[in-house]
Amino acid sequence: MAPLLVLGLALCLSGTWAVDKGNFKTCEQSAFCKRQRALKPGESPYRALLETMELTNTRLTLQLINDNNKVRLLLELYRLQGNITRVKINELKPLKPRYEVPDVLIREPTTEPLSVLSQDENGVVLSLGVESQRVIISARPFRLDIMEGSDVLMSLNSRGLLAFEHLRMRKDTFSYKVTSTVASVWDNIKRVFSSQADPEAEKKEEADPANQAETTKEEEEKVEDGMWEETFKSHTDSKPNGPSAVSLDFSLPGVEHVYGIPEHADTLRLKTTDNGDPYRLYNLDVFQYELYNPMALYGSVPVMVAHSAQRTTGIFWLNAAETWVDISSNTAGKTVFGKMLDYVQGSSETPQTDVRWISESGIIDIFIMLGPTPKDVFSQYASLTGTQSFPPLASLGYHQCRWNYNDQEDVKSVDAGFDEHDIPYDFIWLDIEHTDGKRYFTWDPHKFATPKEMLQGLMDKKRKMVAIVDPHIKVDGNYKIHNEIRSRGFYVKNKDGGDYEGWCWPGSASYPDFTRADMRAWWASMFAYDQYEGTMENLYTWNDMNEPSVFNGPEVTMHKDATHGAWEHRDIHNLYGLYVQMATAEGLIQRSGGVERPFVLTRAFFAGSQRLGAVWTGDNAAEWGHLKISIPMCLSMGLVGISFCGADIGGFFKSPSTELLVRWYQAGAYQPFYRAHAHVDTPRREPWLFGPENTALIREAVRQRYTLLPYWYQLFYRAHVTGEPVMRPLWVEYPQDLATFALEDEYLIGRDLLVHPVVEEGARGVTAYLPGKDEVWFDVHTFQKHNGAQNLYIPVTMSSIPVFQRGGSIIPRKLRVRRSSTCMEHDPYTLYVALNLQRTADGELYIDDGHTFNYEKKEFIYRKLTFANKVLSSVNLAPDAKFTTDSWIERIIVLGASKPSKVTLKTADGQEKQLEFDFDASMSVLTVRKPGMNAGADWTMTFQ
Amino acid sequence: WLLVCLLLKLFSAVEVQRPRGVPLSKRQFYEEGKPFTCLDGSRTIPFDRVNDDYCDCQDGSDEPGTAACPNGSFHCTNAGFRPTFIPSSRINDGICDCCDTTDEYNSGATCQNTCRELGRKERESLQKMAEIAKEGFLLKQQLIHEANRGLEDKKAKLGDVQGSKKDLEAKVEALRTVKEAAEQPEREAKERHLKAWEGKLSFKSISPSTVCNDVSVPELLSHSELDPDADGSFTEAEAQGLLGGVDKVDTAAFESIWSNVKEKYMSEVRHYTSFFFLINSKFHVKFILFNFGFGICFRNLEKEISFDFGPSSEFAYLYSQCYELTTSEYIYRLCPFNRVTQKPKFGGSETNLGSWGKWAGPEDSIYSVMKYEHGTGCWQGPSRSTTVKLTCGKETVVTSTSEPSRCEYLMEFTCPAICQEPPNLEISSHEHQEL
Repeated sequence: MAPLLVLGLALCLSGTWAVDKGNFKTCEQSAFCKRQRALKPGESPYRALLETMELTNTRLTLQLINDNNKVRLLLELYRLQGNITRVKINELKPLKPRYEVPDVLIREPTTEPLSVLSQDENGVVLSLGVESQRVIISARPFRLDIMEGSDVLMSLNSRGLLAFEHLRMRKDTFSYKVTSTVASVWDNIKRVFSSQADPEAEKKEEADPANQAETTKEEEEKVEDGMWEETFKSHTDSKPNGPSAVSLDFSLPGVEHVYGIPEHADTLRLKTTDNGDPYRLYNLDVFQYELYNPMALYGSVPVMVAHSAQRTTGIFWLNAAETWVDISSNTAGKTVFGKMLDYVQGSSETPQTDVRWISESGIIDIFIMLGPTPKDVFSQYASLTGTQSFPPLASLGYHQCRWNYNDQEDVKSVDAGFDEHDIPYDFIWLDIEHTDGKRYFTWDPHKFATPKEMLQGLMDKKRKMVAIVDPHIKVDGNYKIHNEIRSRGFYVKNKDGGDYEGWCWPGSASYPDFTRADMRAWWASMFAYDQYEGTMENLYTWNDMNEPSVFNGPEVTMHKDATHGAWEHRDIHNLYGLYVQMATAEGLIQRSGGVERPFVLTRAFFAGSQRLGAVWTGDNAAEWGHLKISIPMCLSMGLVGISFCGADIGGFFKSPSTELLVRWYQAGAYQPFYRAHAHVDTPRREPWLFGPENTALIREAVRQRYTLLPYWYQLFYRAHVTGEPVMRPLWVEYPQDLATFALEDEYLIGRDLLVHPVVEEGARGVTAYLPGKDEVWFDVHTFQKHNGAQNLYIPVTMSSIPVFQRGGSIIPRKLRVRRSSTCMEHDPYTLYVALNLQRTADGELYIDDGHTFNYEKKEFIYRKLTFANKVLSSVNLAPDAKFTTDSWIERIIVLGASKPSKVTLKTADGQEKQLEFDFDASMSVLTVRKPGMNAGADWTMTFQ
Repeated sequence: WLLVCLLLKLFSAVEVQRPRGVPLSKRQFYEEGKPFTCLDGSRTIPFDRVNDDYCDCQDGSDEPGTAACPNGSFHCTNAGFRPTFIPSSRINDGICDCCDTTDEYNSGATCQNTCRELGRKERESLQKMAEIAKEGFLLKQQLIHEANRGLEDKKAKLGDVQGSKKDLEAKVEALRTVKEAAEQPEREAKERHLKAWEGKLSFKSISPSTVCNDVSVPELLSHSELDPDADGSFTEAEAQGLLGGVDKVDTAAFESIWSNVKEKYMSEVRHYTSFFFLINSKFHVKFILFNFGFGICFRNLEKEISFDFGPSSEFAYLYSQCYELTTSEYIYRLCPFNRVTQKPKFGGSETNLGSWGKWAGPEDSIYSVMKYEHGTGCWQGPSRSTTVKLTCGKETVVTSTSEPSRCEYLMEFTCPAICQEPPNLEISSHEHQEL
């Protein structure tokens, strides 16, 4: 039975199947956003004090002054290795330190020297070292332009929206005494007042003799509504530190397409926000989220990628507080370039995107990634925050989840169901009901009385399990975890210094302070086999509700005035979920003595979460629209580093039609994280419950996934090494093809597979865009060849979705699909060689043990496969690496081939043998029979 | 690979000559040394390509003993137990599937031959089941006998009811005439008429008590004319009030209820001055009750007779019975052919998990599953329903309940009525010995 709470909450949150927007703030309802957004572009009050400039080998510092209130800021500018520029702005002398986000950068970035090219009273020109890149700092108003040659790549504060609310003493003002009961009256009074304080109206005010008595200082300190206290619904935020927001604008000349800043249920290409709310980044547990709007969701990555046919750049805004991002596009007349940039003319014709970031607290700390290619941006971002963790191979298989598998018997019968219906799977999942009363790290004593027995049963079939561990801890004196955390003082504190308590699944719950390293170390130690009883090495972890979700908190999350040591929750909010996953992943690593790779799924995330595991798109619904949005949602995450992304197959809320379920299985088979999940109130939907025909369709979809596991695995290895996304928008590979820039109904897996899922009910066909003027694409189901640079209508049946292999690629598959990926470990490979118009192809083959960190000790096989001049060869890409495999090459399929007279294999020992082959002339498909060489060996195959 | 070949040879020597994974029934298609034709006839290949770990046939028939074909199947002889086929993807996957271990000949998995043990256990459990089935089947015969007798009784009763209904209808007809006569405006005669009416039409004379079993709240509810406060909604509580505060009453009690009903009608009638109207009303009331009483009895009997109690009415004994199972949280109650309910053990209201729907077993054993539907609705979900799985047993008892899917309950129920005549045990054990 679901807790009454769920019912109550659900009822109060929703009468219909849509998010209750009233539970979440708009910019207007978020005081700092409202304040900041009210600023209009124009003359910035900030001036660079060039005389304060100091340049060392590694950084430039410079003071900025706000001419309105004389508060000084310190600007730091760094040139970082790999074509990145970092700009930090903080108060020169803050009343108390302001939060700077730790633990997200993998290391202090390596700096490169800067040099001054020229300087006068109007500004400074600095060389960035490469490709005639320069930074121009203009003094009055302060403005920063990054140029390459004669092109402006990016401008900061070009619209004058830099704003930095300095920390200040609270004055015993009238508003201080205003109690919440009369707040609304006061509200109205001040609304009138503050509208007059609008910057545009400011000049008038200055001219007004009545106002002249006020000093500028005092004027600045006018207390606006929401500066020292803010009430939303029934929750009051006490704001003891007062206003502390920061904001900055960026102009991107030549850019019409910006992407990223997940998580939003919105299009891949970000929209302009002029006529609505900005995109919001504030990790929230949004009940039944709505599609195509900028509302905040479970995770936040404050990284935006800007792309044009000429260049790709990125902005990383390193701030973990509530953040809003405004986007506006073209510009004509809005932005006036400075005198120094006059030669960039025709700006009215140049497309331009303007972006503005607003955060509630912390500092401005930005990383400008200058590309110039998409892959450069990925590696630049990876150099800062790390790459995708390299997942255990099994976690790329199929996951069967449900809230909830009721008991051990249920687990056993679902497991048996997969065997009975011959559908492979690797992980079965347990949601919250498996615990003893929502006490994580425990098992329900009746339903899961002998968990090791259950896990052993799965292990005997080479399968695994995931059990949920959420970060809210039941307040219960008989619960070991709670007692320990409490006695160690590890809980987040409320504003009055007591342990913060909120309402979540277990009822009253407290929240460990995961920002503390000692807390995380303790948490990690709880995953040891002797601590977390009933666990074995095939049990992995799922962190849900780590936004954190607090059912009775403001916007279903933690009060911003709760404290994490010296910091307010306000400062760290978006980071909390990352820390939970970090501590959990560390626990899984430690319990194996550092040998085994962890697998941890998280719902909340931040920049850097890619290093820790997988992310899913949260509580979606069984609707076609949600299937469709899963593509842009995961593409957006991939662009900012998080490759291991997936959506609940079938949809979490509601019950999918059979057609939708099948289509979702087919689409999900080609998305990185492949897990079916369902709400407790929905009817069962294991793959075999919809009649033999649909069981067969789902089986086929899952089998397609399993045959491609070698390809998925090597793409994840690449993602782990380079930071490039596994699932990527077409424009990443075809950056000059404008037709690809807004595509979000199809995408690439790696470079070589193009997938166009069917996301419309009753679809008879889809139109896929095949990119590349000189490319050819092969339908992977029929081997039919199609030319690139065309929109191709492909009729579809229920049997599969369109997938194409790029001519010029070699993709390894394992065609012997078994009941789990682990069972397929030693199986042979079939190489799919798709020839391009030049009759060449290349690809890679990566093999390791699939689950340990031994690849870090060079225990792997990494080979380059090349087809050129009628010779297919396998060459070692990592000669210093060592690994042996039992796997061999059982078959080679050449697409777009011509018929050879003979095929000869030459192995490393110099032996030659003739191979048998089949040639299908109608499809130009050549199949080489059983060449038999070891997958790790050198060999060449000649087609004469 | 050489080792595999050697092993293959070794095994072949022990068993009947045939390639690994081929069942005896298909041995003739795999002739050593002769070209092999795929079983679908699609192509012919040299015999050394049978089980050479490469899939040549579309239908997988050339690789019965390897995992090379995606659609192949492997035959385990399982001497001592039951022979079986497994998908060829389970060959050498490191997991022991065949009890004779033949599927793991090259994976390094250490499998124990468990066929004999399994065979023994299976025989034991078959024997046990057969014993249960035997006893259960005897009980079932008894049940069938009783059911048939009961059914005849009821049919006879129905006949009786029909007969007495006819009699009474005639009486009523006669009284109607009296009533119509009484409606002639003769003030002097009114006392006399009234007495005549009351005398002849005393409640007892048309009491359905001779035939009627029970009167229950839901049945009363269908008679809105009995609504005590005539507010247009005849509630369960009100109906229960009429029945003296219980859910249903037998006929003896019904007579006492009549007085309640009568009161109600009398009091209403007092509003009218016309004597004839009074007569009219009373007649009306009694006429309703007359129909009402018989109606219920008819319906009950007809309903009971019309139920599908199995091919030989062996399930009839479950009718009007209830069986309970108490779990850690709830008391589950199965009243066959009526409904399933769930009640929290420590107080709280009862939830209807479904009313009798239909027999819902698979085609060959339709009586093995009962379906109860349209129970209390779930939040944002379907109405609750329960599937009851019947298994053979001497006792009639609910053995387990679960909720595999939200609001879809599953109940295991044993009873003798589902027992099949056990097969002859001697023959089956004889067969096993042969293997």
